[in-house]
Amino acid sequence: MTQVVAEIDPVVGRPALVEGRPGFHGITEAVARPVEWKPPLGWYIVLAVSLSMLGLFGVSIAWLLWEGVGIWGNNQPVGWGWPIVNFVFWVGIGHAGTLISAVLFLFRQRWRTSINRAAEAMTLFAVACALTFPGIHTGRPWLDYWMMPVPNQMAMWPQFRSPLMWDVFAVSIYGLVSLLFWYVGLIPDLATMRDRATTRVRQVAYGIFALGWRGSMRHWLHYEKAYLLLAGLATPLVLSVHSVVSFDFAVSQIPGWHTTIFPPYFVAGAIFSGMAMVITLMVIGRVAFGLKHLITLLHFDRMAKLILLTGTLVGYAYGVEFFVAWYSGNPFERYAFLNRAFGPYAWAYWIMVSCNVLSPQVFWFQRARTSIPVLFVVSILVNIGMWFERFVIVVTSLHRDFLPSSWGYFRPTFWDIATFLGSFGLFFTLFTLFVRFLPMVSMSELKGVLPEAHAHGLPPDATPDKPLHEPAVGTGLASHPPQPEVS
Amino acid sequence: MRLPWQSKAAAARPAAEGPWLLAEFTTPDAVLAAADAVRRTGTTRWDVHSPFPVHGLERAMGLKASLVPWFVLILGLAGAAAGMGLQWWASTIAYPLVVSGKPMFSWPAFVPIMFECGVLGGALGAVGGLLFEARLPRHHHPLFASKRFERMSDDRFFVSVDTADPNAGEAEGLLRRAGAVHVERLATEAPAPEGRA
Repeated sequence: MTQVVAEIDPVVGRPALVEGRPGFHGITEAVARPVEWKPPLGWYIVLAVSLSMLGLFGVSIAWLLWEGVGIWGNNQPVGWGWPIVNFVFWVGIGHAGTLISAVLFLFRQRWRTSINRAAEAMTLFAVACALTFPGIHTGRPWLDYWMMPVPNQMAMWPQFRSPLMWDVFAVSIYGLVSLLFWYVGLIPDLATMRDRATTRVRQVAYGIFALGWRGSMRHWLHYEKAYLLLAGLATPLVLSVHSVVSFDFAVSQIPGWHTTIFPPYFVAGAIFSGMAMVITLMVIGRVAFGLKHLITLLHFDRMAKLILLTGTLVGYAYGVEFFVAWYSGNPFERYAFLNRAFGPYAWAYWIMVSCNVLSPQVFWFQRARTSIPVLFVVSILVNIGMWFERFVIVVTSLHRDFLPSSWGYFRPTFWDIATFLGSFGLFFTLFTLFVRFLPMVSMSELKGVLPEAHAHGLPPDATPDKPLHEPAVGTGLASHPPQPEVS
Repeated sequence: MRLPWQSKAAAARPAAEGPWLLAEFTTPDAVLAAADAVRRTGTTRWDVHSPFPVHGLERAMGLKASLVPWFVLILGLAGAAAGMGLQWWASTIAYPLVVSGKPMFSWPAFVPIMFECGVLGGALGAVGGLLFEARLPRHHHPLFASKRFERMSDDRFFVSVDTADPNAGEAEGLLRRAGAVHVERLATEAPAPEGRA
């Protein structure tokens, strides 16, 4: 690792998570300053581009509502065109945030502290984009309340045996729990912003959301417990959400969809695509906001390893799908997969395979894992590949099912493309505003992993004269060993 | 008046907060030693403030384990029960509809939504439990009167002691001996609401 990290944390004896020994105040300064200063010109340019794409989204949706879903390419036999492809794409991206903040937290991967805030924000914004698509897919969003279990004038209730209903609950609860998790993590940092505020408006605005946080140890005790439990709840939640999304397909009878490998395959793909999006955003964000010493090559090295792992898992799933299609002896299933790889959509299939399975293989080499240009290019390729994966699953399975007389070829229209690009406008607008108004790195957590944050116990003359509240053997105050990091 | 969530001991404590002592420290080690010393005076109305949780402080302060897990357990189970109950009621009583010849109460198909509702309940329990146990939001606190206290969320560690507590008598000298770089006595503001020490 000498190439990546020159500094070693003196307490845990592992590579330092933060470079240059900034100290507590240095971290506050580095993270809070971009929020407090006038943003650079580049920020306004990015915001302008994002806002114009958001405008395109608005125009596309307005035209959809005026004219109807006929403006899209969706038609028989491909009734689930780009809107569902985009929905699954965005939900998948939303998974990395919770993986980084919850799963890596439970595994005590302390390097996550530099990136978890931004990754969680990315999750929220991606889920917002994702929820738009099922909302507008029918072309009648004013009837969306039919999906909710609310008493209504028709005296009807949702059909809870349908995976589509499970999806409504899974994705909306996922969005809500991610919001809670993100907000709880923000409270101490909002207090920092409040205490540093130089104007009354900032002080009140941050102060309201900081809830009067005063860093009390009596509060931290509950805070840490609540955070741990939220992580414990979010971990099965994140695994369940994309499993439920995959049920939308797997529970149906369509060849190419009706497979039991879908839940784990979708979850691996979701984490894969989300990690790629985190890398894309962080590569830009750390340079634009001067956070290179907090988000270091060490972080990219580890994220790249996760990309390699999940990308290879996804590649394995592609292979197993083919094996099972052949082994099942089901002629429709066999045809669906042969058609996928060699039929009219073969171009999409091979884009998917080369982006998702081949391109991450460069990450076997540390040189690639720590090279910013390589990381950036591969992360973009992975995002493209994962969009095509959903396209391949949705479109190639539907366009040729059981009856050759009802086969067809799906083509997107201008408005399909405009709506999809527009959803990036929503995502980037929200993210651009986030980095301007909220600290994009968790200051309180990052301070807690600095070497100087570890209290080494009391001086010898202050040995407790009576047992403490929890006199656990070997963990008394006099010998408070640093927690070994589990990797 | 004793509020429903207050213990008798908490209600018996003086409601008015006296002048607060605020001692500033620069390292986690120093504040840990100071906290240990203050705990041994027997005072109950005191606290430690830090920009991040200093591990070991909860033992030095003699804090009991958090009750937040109980909020999560109870609300999580309640959420799961509500999720299953909603589906049972909607599919058997409110809108009985035969789908694929399955029983009205085809519970295996209801498990995913039950699970999601349980997670939602647990998450609300974690956040609600945190806010309740920490008595937040509380936007007014005597400590906010101190200008130096603003560094609580940056790089400084503070010990605050309510001098209204009879056991807090010698706290000032104790904190100075423990290595406080600055000790101040904050003017008393209007009495805080009961039980929010």
